[in-house]
Amino acid sequence: MTSASAPFLSVQDLSVTFPTEDGRVQAVDGVSFSVERGKTLAVVGESGSGKSVTAQAIMGLLDRRLSSVTGHAWLEGRDLVAMDDDEVRRERGSRMAMIFQDPMSSLHPFYRIGAQLSEAVLVHQKVSKQAAREQALEMLNRVGIPDPRTRIDNYPHQLSGGMRQRVMIAMALINSPALLIADEPTTALDVTVQAQILELIGNLQQEYDTAVIMITHDLGIVADIADDVAVMYGGRIVESGSVDDIFYRPQMPYTLGLLASVPRLDQVRAERLDPIPGNPPSPISLPPGCVFQPRCAYSDRVADHACEGVRPELVDIGGGHAVRCHLDGGQRLAIATDVLDALAGSGA
Amino acid sequence: MTDIPATDDAVLRVTDLRTHFPVRSRGVFPKTIGQVKAVDGVSLSVAPGETLGLVGESGCGKSTTGRTVLRLIAPTSGTIELDGTDITRMSAKQLVPLRRKAQMIFQDPYNALNPRHTVGTIIGAPFEVQSVSPPGGVRAAVQDLMARVGLNPEHYNRYPSEFSGGQRQRIGIARAVALRPKIIVCDEPVSALDVSIQAQIMNLLKDLQDDFGVAYLFVAHDLSVVRQISHRVAVMYLGHIVELAPRDSLYSKPLHPYTHALLSAVPLPDPRAQANREQIRLSGDLPSPINPPSGCVFHTRCFRAEDRCKAEVPELRELLPGHTVACHFPMFDLEVGTVIRGPQGEVSELDAPEVRPPSEVIADVVESGGLARATGVDYVTGPDATPPD
Ligand SMILES: Nc1ncnc2c1ncn2[C@@H]1O[C@H](COP(=O)(O)OP(=O)(O)OP(=O)(O)O)[C@@H](O)[C@H]1O
Ligand SMILES: Nc1ncnc2c1ncn2[C@@H]1O[C@H](COP(=O)(O)OP(=O)(O)O)[C@@H](O)[C@H]1O
Ligand code: SF4
Ligand code: SF4
Ligand SMILES: [Mg+2]
Ligand SMILES: [Mg+2]
Repeated sequence: MTSASAPFLSVQDLSVTFPTEDGRVQAVDGVSFSVERGKTLAVVGESGSGKSVTAQAIMGLLDRRLSSVTGHAWLEGRDLVAMDDDEVRRERGSRMAMIFQDPMSSLHPFYRIGAQLSEAVLVHQKVSKQAAREQALEMLNRVGIPDPRTRIDNYPHQLSGGMRQRVMIAMALINSPALLIADEPTTALDVTVQAQILELIGNLQQEYDTAVIMITHDLGIVADIADDVAVMYGGRIVESGSVDDIFYRPQMPYTLGLLASVPRLDQVRAERLDPIPGNPPSPISLPPGCVFQPRCAYSDRVADHACEGVRPELVDIGGGHAVRCHLDGGQRLAIATDVLDALAGSGA
Repeated sequence: MTDIPATDDAVLRVTDLRTHFPVRSRGVFPKTIGQVKAVDGVSLSVAPGETLGLVGESGCGKSTTGRTVLRLIAPTSGTIELDGTDITRMSAKQLVPLRRKAQMIFQDPYNALNPRHTVGTIIGAPFEVQSVSPPGGVRAAVQDLMARVGLNPEHYNRYPSEFSGGQRQRIGIARAVALRPKIIVCDEPVSALDVSIQAQIMNLLKDLQDDFGVAYLFVAHDLSVVRQISHRVAVMYLGHIVELAPRDSLYSKPLHPYTHALLSAVPLPDPRAQANREQIRLSGDLPSPINPPSGCVFHTRCFRAEDRCKAEVPELRELLPGHTVACHFPMFDLEVGTVIRGPQGEVSELDAPEVRPPSEVIADVVESGGLARATGVDYVTGPDATPPD
């Protein structure tokens, strides 16, 4: 365990824009959060909310010529945003690693998986080829690939989707990174395989004391594995806090809308779900005030049309629970109580 | 919600349906060397105004079932009756008028719509194809439909690319309901959508059902979505329906070990509830539908399997009202997620003398720390594990 003072990873005021033909895309706008070793931060939000771009910016995966990244991502005191490409590449694969929804994005189709795993070892460690292969075998075993001595000589296409995902995880974790970012790692998988993969990530996290950022749109996964949660909307974090804050004490109208939208396995909600009306905003023309305003049912409770014109800041309301909304505490509490009561009441 | 019993006036009745795809060898003179048994003896019926959910893992045959009942794929054997008419062997020409009664909605709102046609043309196409002239004209009918599904009727002349994913799904729905079909096969209609949009579309489907009395065969892999929308639910595994039951009966008293495993694998959006749940971990992947396991097709992954399961195919039996299951050792006594108990769990309350006592399974599991080891089954690597091509 690292000592208490500075967080292990601290992202501060991270913003990413892409100049495009249609205009400037503000993909990420002033995102701040921190993660400690051994802990899991879930980043949750709808598609286009900026989750993947946030991850790519931290991992140095954005092409600097096609994007502009500002802010900081301090990893044990060193700013990943300020590093040059070579430096950040050295960090990636050794101290930090990423897994993706599509395993083929990190596996080469024409090389045997053993060769690819060994290569990942050889790039970052001074060991013999034989030792690297032993590590590869060991890692395949750790991620639950059956009969690894045979499988190590397979090509990726010879494996099922779930096995490929395991190999990608093996690849990401083979140098025991201290930071792992998983971007929707199970979205393409069946629930049964998803459960295996999440358990695997959890076990490896414990073993290596890894800080995990789990990007997902699935509130079930968030509830299952997160310690802390950041809810993103329109490129901004609109609410963040402990997993209990977000599920049991949510305050931001968007978070409430999300919770009210999900169908539940363990109960039947009312005949009709209570969805958020409308569609997510275009990142080219984000609303000038609150990004959620066009879909928010409560903006008329705020004086002077502030929601339309004034950008709310993310404010800590106590104990690390932060909310980006113009409503005052009493108003938010009243709204949250109504929504949560309605949800509890509608369960069978 | 009331459970609608399967009645004789079913809009769709499928009996012992099989859809097999030939597997051919490569070379100049390809030979058929096997069959993908995508659907292998499925029977089901859908009542008017009812939603039958069809769930299961990827590749289990859900979409093939949905497409076969609409005769978009030729069945290998069995019968399909649409609104009382046997359509199993009908020619394409004979099928044309019947297409008014049955429609389809697809998963991918991006590919299901012709990008070169305007929304008006797309939604109006069924009138064209069926030579139906609605009172007031096609344009008015289409604009009515657009308003009905939550689209702006003024966007009649726009192209699909100008709409978001959720809006495109609304376009597909408007097209499907244009001729007031009796049944719509919905193949993962909300899987590609964000949660907030997903909820909008599910509400829309419900409203249309209330208004028009349309029935849905609702194919999806998301068990929470299926619970929300279905009256009855069928669980598929490797081309077979292994359990079929009224919605609440299935979710509160699942009888098939596979259903248990599926349900327990879905994380609940509720941290405390989730932390207190025990889960069944299924080991391995689906075996290959080319060479399915003998006896019960689930036996290679089942934590209750016994010798009998390898030898004897379990028949679908009705064990609770309207609740049928194909398993030699159904799980009467267990609630979802309670299979694996801690040392002081309620194991002693279970009584199922005719089956391998769950307590034995549980003891194994607890001791070894994993179902895979308890059953000696691990990552089943059938022919499926080798590359398809
Ligand atoms: N045209 C085809 N030719 C050969 N095999 C096919 C064909 N269509 C489907 N299959 C096979 O039939 C089986 C069932 O496929 P199907 O698409 O029905 O699955 P599904 O349950 O809808 O899966 P998913 O959840 O991934 O959509 C699979 O093994 C698939 O590979
Ligand atoms: N390379 C790029 N060029 C232009 N826009 C991009 C690029 N990558 C992402 N975006 C846009 O940035 C926004 C955030 O994207 P992303 O982080 O991928 O969202 P998600 O939350 O779904 O992961 C989206 O509107 C997306 O279209
Ligand atoms: S700031 Fe205004 S528009 Fe935004 S969530 Fe709060 S009330 Fe709604
Ligand atoms: S028949 Fe046997 S193998 Fe099949 S599900 Fe039942 S117990 Fe398991
Ligand atoms: Mg993404
Ligand atoms: Mg399918």
